[in-house]
Amino acid sequence: MAHEHHGHDHPHPFQPDHPEPTSYYELLGMALNELLIEKGVYTAGDMRAMIEQLEAVSPETHGAKVVARAWVDPDFKAALLRDGAAAVSSLGLDPGYTELTALENTPRLHNVVVCTLCSCYPRSLLGRPPAWYKSASYRSRLVREPRKVLAEFGTTVPDDVEVRVHDSTAELRYVVVPMRPEGTEGWSEEDLATLVTRDSMIGVARAKATR
Amino acid sequence: MTPAFRVGDRVRVDDRYEPRHHRTPAYVKGKVGEVERVCLAHGRPEILAYRNDGGPPRTVYRVRLRQCDLWPDYNGPAHDTLEIEIFEHWLRPVEARN
Repeated sequence: MAHEHHGHDHPHPFQPDHPEPTSYYELLGMALNELLIEKGVYTAGDMRAMIEQLEAVSPETHGAKVVARAWVDPDFKAALLRDGAAAVSSLGLDPGYTELTALENTPRLHNVVVCTLCSCYPRSLLGRPPAWYKSASYRSRLVREPRKVLAEFGTTVPDDVEVRVHDSTAELRYVVVPMRPEGTEGWSEEDLATLVTRDSMIGVARAKATR
Repeated sequence: MTPAFRVGDRVRVDDRYEPRHHRTPAYVKGKVGEVERVCLAHGRPEILAYRNDGGPPRTVYRVRLRQCDLWPDYNGPAHDTLEIEIFEHWLRPVEARN
């Protein structure tokens, strides 16, 4: 355990601590981790380096670059939609360890991604998934009532647009290419990238409007 | 290995009990859809989860289902869809009833 908690004879800080793990499986996971370190399978330093590596990836610095390039370069967009991993690699970015599929939103089609079984996520482009992406609520409701869930994210999809839910259950990873916002003609790739949010690449939101 | 199904084929997700790790969610079992894409082949999750290589690779397919086929009371337009990855050994030709 991170620290021991002896009774309540000391004042608590106003802001609560990150909750200690309480469930059987959370404790089991911690115990296993400590045991693997104790047995020398890996070190605490290895563990820290892995976490730092995961946290060095962000939607702004990785995924948004891919989308902005697709917006300005039709050949790149075609390549991205054909073979996501190869196109991402051509930008010097890591496509991840499995098939990567880019899903293009159009005026007729709105794509949105979920992993109902766990939390499959294109980490090499978007970093660590947000807590809600892993929640039982999002995972169970997005496949059942996608339009309602999207509306709760502030994304109302007209009835004449197809909503297509992608359940990432096995070996593929998905990233949504949102529609390029109107009024961005002539924008630089760098400026366009600032409009591409994490949520727009999961598909629960559109890219940022220009005003 | 040669994939058993092609793009456009109508397929039914097998509706069977499997206690092991198998990556076919209950909500699509027994449902009919269409092969959208033939993906790479991968080891079977049912045995991959138990410390071996998963055996001979099985083709994974992207199957497209209509939301109104998944949920009889689906509250949205008939053109709404869902796509999901299903291993070949979890798919049946649509003519064959389980």
